[in-house]
Amino acid sequence: MPTLTGRAWKYGHNVNTDVLFPGKYTYTARGREEIARHALEDLDPRFVQEVQPGDVIVAGRNFGCGSSREQAATCLVYNGVSAVIAESFGRIFYRNAINNGLLAIPCPPAAQAIQPGETVTVDLEHHLIRCAAGEFPFPPLSDTLRGIVEAGGLVAYIRGKVRSNE
Amino acid sequence: MVAQTITEKILASHAGLSSVRPGQFITARVDRVMAHDITGPLALAQLEAHGIDRPFDPERIVLVPDHLVPSPTAQAAQAIHRLRAFARRHGVTFFEVGRGGIAHILLLEEGLVAPGELVVGADSHTCTLGAVGAFATGLGSTDTAAAMATGEVWLRVPATIRVRLEGSLPRFVMAKDIMLALLAQIGLDGAAYRALEFVGSTLAELDLDERATLCNMAVEAGAKNGIVPPDPRTLAYVEARVARPFTPVVSDPGADYLDEVVIRCSHLEPLVAEPHSPARGRPVSELAGLRVDQVFLGSCTNGKLTDLRVAAALLRGRRIPPHVRMVVTPATQSIYREALAEGLLEVFVQAGAVVTGASCGACPGLHTGVLGPGEVCLATTNRNFRGRMGSPEARIYLANPAVAAATALTGVLTDPRAVVGGEGLFV
Repeated sequence: MPTLTGRAWKYGHNVNTDVLFPGKYTYTARGREEIARHALEDLDPRFVQEVQPGDVIVAGRNFGCGSSREQAATCLVYNGVSAVIAESFGRIFYRNAINNGLLAIPCPPAAQAIQPGETVTVDLEHHLIRCAAGEFPFPPLSDTLRGIVEAGGLVAYIRGKVRSNE
Repeated sequence: MVAQTITEKILASHAGLSSVRPGQFITARVDRVMAHDITGPLALAQLEAHGIDRPFDPERIVLVPDHLVPSPTAQAAQAIHRLRAFARRHGVTFFEVGRGGIAHILLLEEGLVAPGELVVGADSHTCTLGAVGAFATGLGSTDTAAAMATGEVWLRVPATIRVRLEGSLPRFVMAKDIMLALLAQIGLDGAAYRALEFVGSTLAELDLDERATLCNMAVEAGAKNGIVPPDPRTLAYVEARVARPFTPVVSDPGADYLDEVVIRCSHLEPLVAEPHSPARGRPVSELAGLRVDQVFLGSCTNGKLTDLRVAAALLRGRRIPPHVRMVVTPATQSIYREALAEGLLEVFVQAGAVVTGASCGACPGLHTGVLGPGEVCLATTNRNFRGRMGSPEARIYLANPAVAAATALTGVLTDPRAVVGGEGLFV
């Protein structure tokens, strides 16, 4: 199990899908680079200019609330974001994140303690987030979700099922 | 037998279990899977990329181009064609442009959802379908692709919050105001990962259009689903549309609820949610006089026949002043046709409004009413997040169709109670 390390980009509560990835690009932006370019456009224009692979997004409650648009999760993946640590997540965003291999970690104490720009480490083996304020445990994924992640995404996970029905 | 809520009972029956408990992970059979022109192409691409070329059951899949119709660009046309081609190849139901409309309202109209059924859709407002006593929830494209391939979906059983609606709605107060009041009370995550079950005396006076508005905005509180237990009104609506057998389900006496929220509907006023959150609702009287550039009447929240009737009753015989514009977008073609027959569209056009074809239109900032920098819009939609309808510098206020019509008549946020009209619709 790997350990992820990156700088923290910190945001508030209810970061919604309209500011994560504006609706007007949902049908025009196709490739990875084009989708990546509009991430967080209406929240923090600095983000796409300065984000580094491995960086971590840290936010308050209800991260990703709003629309079902999957680009709200993939635009972060395509910018190299390794994880989102939040107090809580919008449920559709959370599923989209898991399905696209983006770690979405609900951990209120870490989300509150982490300061903008500081280096954060996520230890997936011990389920710990390390930052300047200390170590914070987070709950491991449920069996269903771990199965999806380990299979390499949801469609790969269900493919066996489809084949066995044929 | 364990006493269960309507949501738990529907989930249990679709998972082949006698009962389920909140927090339990289940794999549930789906009765219907919906995708539209924004989320559908990505779902189909996922199937293709993984070599899955056959849906589990074409009859249970429905593809609805509703966001960008008719296509404003070649790219949008290509997205719809992808859905059309898939539908033709597999015999999947597809609603051609001009014969459909916003998927959630269309599925209700067409009887593609019935009490006790389980529906998933690649759109967050799929929860609208709870209006007929079904379990319906929104998913992303990848989850939807998986449901199309297998006919199943994994779900975590939500605990239920009961929302008790009490009393008669005052004049010009609608289901929209109930939801804005609920959101102001519990916040954008007040029902996160929960089911919202609507009960109470007010329901008796809410038609299916209004119940759809309740369930539609459940997701704005973070809910997994919104649901109105079926009653005789539901059955009358559904029996006129659904030929297949279905089993209505209601909550057991003694079922467990996580919480109960009471909304005293008889005390409500028309509300307006300020930018940039649907949870920022305030009485319209407190915001009266705020200048607006555009009024948008439409969307899966408030583009239904009941909504158009309410607005037309106030606009009839009047003109919209020069400094404000109004865009009216019926939710579906059938609502358009009814509104035409009833003379509602003539009222809008004579008043100086633009009437567009049925689509999601301006709500997600795609076309037919996108906002420019600095513009102020009063919209009957569900979200007023920054940038939702176009420019991030625009400001969106959410309200019901009566407030929208009253505001269009003055160009400033206006309490419909200050406008004479609408007799016969409100008592």
